[in-house]
Amino acid sequence: MSKNKDNWKIWEVFIRSRNGLSHKHVGSLHAPDAEVALKNARDVYTRRSEGISIWVVPSEAITASSPDEKEPLFTPADDKVYRHPTFYDIPDEVGHM
Amino acid sequence: MQKELLEYTLRLGDNALILGQRLGEWCGYGPVLEQDIALSNIALDQLGQARMLMQYAARLKGEEYTEDKMAFFRDVTEYHNVLMLELPNDHWGFTIMRQFLFDTFNYYQYTQLLQSQDDHIKSVAQKAIKEITYHAQWSAEWVIRLGDGTEESHQKMQTALDELWQWTGEMLTPDAVDEKMREAGIGADLNKVKEEWQQKVAEILEIATLKKPEDDWMQEGGKQGEHSEHLGYILAEMQHLPRMYPEAEW
Repeated sequence: MSKNKDNWKIWEVFIRSRNGLSHKHVGSLHAPDAEVALKNARDVYTRRSEGISIWVVPSEAITASSPDEKEPLFTPADDKVYRHPTFYDIPDEVGHM
Repeated sequence: MQKELLEYTLRLGDNALILGQRLGEWCGYGPVLEQDIALSNIALDQLGQARMLMQYAARLKGEEYTEDKMAFFRDVTEYHNVLMLELPNDHWGFTIMRQFLFDTFNYYQYTQLLQSQDDHIKSVAQKAIKEITYHAQWSAEWVIRLGDGTEESHQKMQTALDELWQWTGEMLTPDAVDEKMREAGIGADLNKVKEEWQQKVAEILEIATLKKPEDDWMQEGGKQGEHSEHLGYILAEMQHLPRMYPEAEW
């Protein structure tokens, strides 16, 4: 068993809560296949009524951005305040938006 | 009738309580975190079912009784669980195989109890059936994966199955109490449960590439209060605190 459990894949778990519109990442777990991954996710992540729907995705199927690329990817957005709605003055006549 | 109803309720409740207590021993020792949590969840489900049934048993027994008194101040011969559930956990595969054999029985039993003429048992069944349905799926999945797994896991599961088989007859064979409860429309028809159980177990074992043992002599006695020495040790651990400090509170 100990040998085999090292071969268990890692799965990322996404849960949609009762009132949630989208599945949110809640963590990861080990499982030998997709069906067991769903059951494990149910047992590990929904014990306190956290959700009504579960997705599991093999971690290896996820393509992640590299931390090395943080600067070119994300810092250009930092000085573009006009992309936020708060940048714009709204005429009083408009009232609450 | 009242006497049989009490014993029947205790059979249901003690099965849940003793199995829950046994499974609790795995908490912190499961082979992987996910399985550890899964089995502890099942143990807690069993405990929850046991509580509802102990409350009912206490009510049937009389005013001075409580659920705690039923659980902690009855001795070995007053317990009515089937013998299979008091067997030591042994290795993980053995625990899973026992779970599968019992969950499958429990699923068909409680499916019938949804129609019970006894309102309390019926309401326990309505709550428990959702949990038991999951338990039965979970343990069947694992019997399949371990049976049809590596050479070693297959061998361990086959040996566990062969050892456990003699303990399966008791839960599937009605005695006078079971018959009386069935006739009253309160209890399950164990002959029907047995048919469904045999079919389901055969189906899962085949997928798991395991060989169903031949029916031979079967162990019995637990339902009537005749137990193996194992139950004494379980009760000693489970009961020693409330017996030492009967008034203890959190």
